[in-house]
Amino acid sequence: MAFFKLLRSSPLSARVGLVMVLITIAAAILAPVISPYGETEIVGDVWLSASKDHYLGTDHLGRDLLTRLLYGARNTIAIAFVTTFLSFTVGTICGFFAATLGGWTDMSLSRGVDIIMAFPTLIFALMVLSVVGTSITALIVVIALLDSTRVYRLSRAVAMDIGVLEFVEVARLRGEGIWWLMRQEILPNAMPPLVAEFGLRFCFVFLFIAALSFLGLGLQPPTADWGGMVRENAGAITFGIFAPLWPAGAIAFLTVSVNLIVDWFLQIASGLKD
Amino acid sequence: MNMNMDKILEIKNLVIEGQIGDRWKPIVKGVDLHLHKGEVLGLIGESGAGKSTIGLASMGYTRQGCRIASGSIVFEGQQLFGASEDFLRTVRGARIAYVAQSAAASFNPAHRLIKQYTEGPIQHGLMGPSEAEQKAVEIYEQLLLPDPENIGYRFPHQVSGGQLQRAMVAMAMSCQPDIIVFDEPTTALDVTTQIEVLAAIKDITRQFQTAALYISHDLAVVAQMADRIMVLRYGEMVEENETEKLLSNPQEKYTKELLSVRALKEDKDLSGTEKNVILEIENVSASYTGDVKVLKDIDLKIHRGRTVALVGESGSGKSTLARVITGLLPPMEGRIVFNSAELPPALKSRNRENLRQLQMIYQMPDTALNPKQKIKKILGRPLKFYFGMKKRERNARIKELLEQIELPQNFTNRYPTELSGGEKQRICIARALAAKPELVICDEVTSALDQLVAEGILELLQDLQNELHVSYLFITHDLATVKAIADEIVVMLNGQIVEQGVKKEVLEPPYHEYTEVLLSSVPEMDPEWLDQLLLTRQNMVQG
Repeated sequence: MAFFKLLRSSPLSARVGLVMVLITIAAAILAPVISPYGETEIVGDVWLSASKDHYLGTDHLGRDLLTRLLYGARNTIAIAFVTTFLSFTVGTICGFFAATLGGWTDMSLSRGVDIIMAFPTLIFALMVLSVVGTSITALIVVIALLDSTRVYRLSRAVAMDIGVLEFVEVARLRGEGIWWLMRQEILPNAMPPLVAEFGLRFCFVFLFIAALSFLGLGLQPPTADWGGMVRENAGAITFGIFAPLWPAGAIAFLTVSVNLIVDWFLQIASGLKD
Repeated sequence: MNMNMDKILEIKNLVIEGQIGDRWKPIVKGVDLHLHKGEVLGLIGESGAGKSTIGLASMGYTRQGCRIASGSIVFEGQQLFGASEDFLRTVRGARIAYVAQSAAASFNPAHRLIKQYTEGPIQHGLMGPSEAEQKAVEIYEQLLLPDPENIGYRFPHQVSGGQLQRAMVAMAMSCQPDIIVFDEPTTALDVTTQIEVLAAIKDITRQFQTAALYISHDLAVVAQMADRIMVLRYGEMVEENETEKLLSNPQEKYTKELLSVRALKEDKDLSGTEKNVILEIENVSASYTGDVKVLKDIDLKIHRGRTVALVGESGSGKSTLARVITGLLPPMEGRIVFNSAELPPALKSRNRENLRQLQMIYQMPDTALNPKQKIKKILGRPLKFYFGMKKRERNARIKELLEQIELPQNFTNRYPTELSGGEKQRICIARALAAKPELVICDEVTSALDQLVAEGILELLQDLQNELHVSYLFITHDLATVKAIADEIVVMLNGQIVEQGVKKEVLEPPYHEYTEVLLSSVPEMDPEWLDQLLLTRQNMVQG
């Protein structure tokens, strides 16, 4: 109920963003049902232009682009979501631990994070992925680990601010354990900035996957994903063919829509008008 | 009082609205007000009465989210409501100046005091920089700031709170304005520093014949400063009269309530509890850094069922002592005995039973309650945590607790943000009581509340003590509160106890030197009080 109330007071931009995200998610879920062909099925000539049979044309191997795009939404969104979720779980728990326990825990966690953050993210990911191989699990774990360092920084800072408030001291004086402090006292009050950050990180993650795919270390063919599709079809642009623009457009579409919602959350979290 | 009765400021039928969501609601509902040359008008009322809003409106200004809806504000024949920003700019600062409550928050921490002083006169084209600086030194001298030649070259954080507030008054005087709006200039200060600032303000406004609006919630303070007093409530005027008449013969019920001096509680018979010591602090010293001792050799006993008031100015170590007792700051030396068993110094090593018996209530109920938890959960948690109560038992006990703190039952499903300040503080009390404590530490529990609300809280605490026989350690800087509630008084200064004993002994002569300073600094309703006090102190210095 509270959610619907919130929704009713939402600005137009947020509603547009929400609809856009819902369209993308629906497309991802319904991909096997609504896509005209199979994910890896070769259905015609290479780089056909849009026609009645192929609404968006075909790709560099003659697969239907619309089908690839729908399946790509699946992989891209699912992986990005799992990764972001994982990075938030790890980052927030560690950040809260560091903030509430302080001392040695804080010191060792923070310095560890500093070390990871000292490496440029892309280089670090490339290094690890070329060693352990590019399985989906490896991809998720590596990106989640890298991203959790940023989440750690944020959640530690937020928890530090909340941790000095008197209601947390009351809980400490009551004798509450660390989990209660983190879960009941700090987390509910840290939600707004964390949720906003979740949206942003989600965007970064699938852009990052797109970048990795473009470099050939992301999802491996023939699995469809948007970043990979841009790379595969990049050559077409020199022939004046639209093929790579469709997945690129899809990435932009999702990024914009998620950010519209994030803006709204940020507005609520900061309590500022406009 | 000034006999020149020219009206310098006249406000008529002023309506100011504040924005709530998309709608505008009136905050000030048609107030009339006038100010003569050289006259001081006191505006008094509790928070939300519209005092500050009116004060700012007298400069033609409103806070963000507010607007002047109708009425007229005439300053020396000029209409300020609806006047152009350019015109207002020539008036603000130069002709009408403003002194805010928190000088610490109002000064720019990155600039030296004197630079901020000279900004006004230079901007308004009244003086050149060197002349303005010279003038600043003169005014600093008049306001009795130490080392007036050089104090201006300090940064705001390098001077004390009282000095900073005086520097702010100096800044307001810099253009020799016709009117100064003082918005609770001493509320954030200790009683002893308050005197200095009040004296400085009074002195300088008299000397320059400056008219002033003096805004405060403390009637005793306003009585010292104002020629005339206006009582406000809910954005409307309750009563207005000359200071002496208003104090001696208030017409309205609300004014009478504000005036009624807190009734001294009858002295309790303390003989029955003489042997029954609940908390004993022996020889405790504590430090935050390891070398500078914030507490030095504290010895203190609290008897069962008694209220011990711990008084002293800010920085005297009162709150630190509370932190030591609760275990948040383990002492360097000494021991704490609770119920004739020694308490482990650190919070971590205390068991649940130790923790239960010792509860704490804080100054700011806003931050002491988790805004994301319903009252049900806030009160239910200690019941479950300490007594393992099941849901049914819990609900019954919560009901009982709400009855004890005189709040309605349907509050259980509310969030703290839906409660007023006084109601929140009651919830904090109930949360402490839920643990069935033997000692409750009350850290300035009434200082963030309006006078009448605060009195309600004190009464409640008193009733609860009679009923439940809990002991209170009552930390406060407000001596009126002490008089109202304490059985015993402990006076602290610079981390040491300078005097302790039963209330009667401490509050009656012969006084300890510092206790006398503290006591004599509490403003009384008598308008002559400040002048007389300053006179006696002067004589003491000379004699």
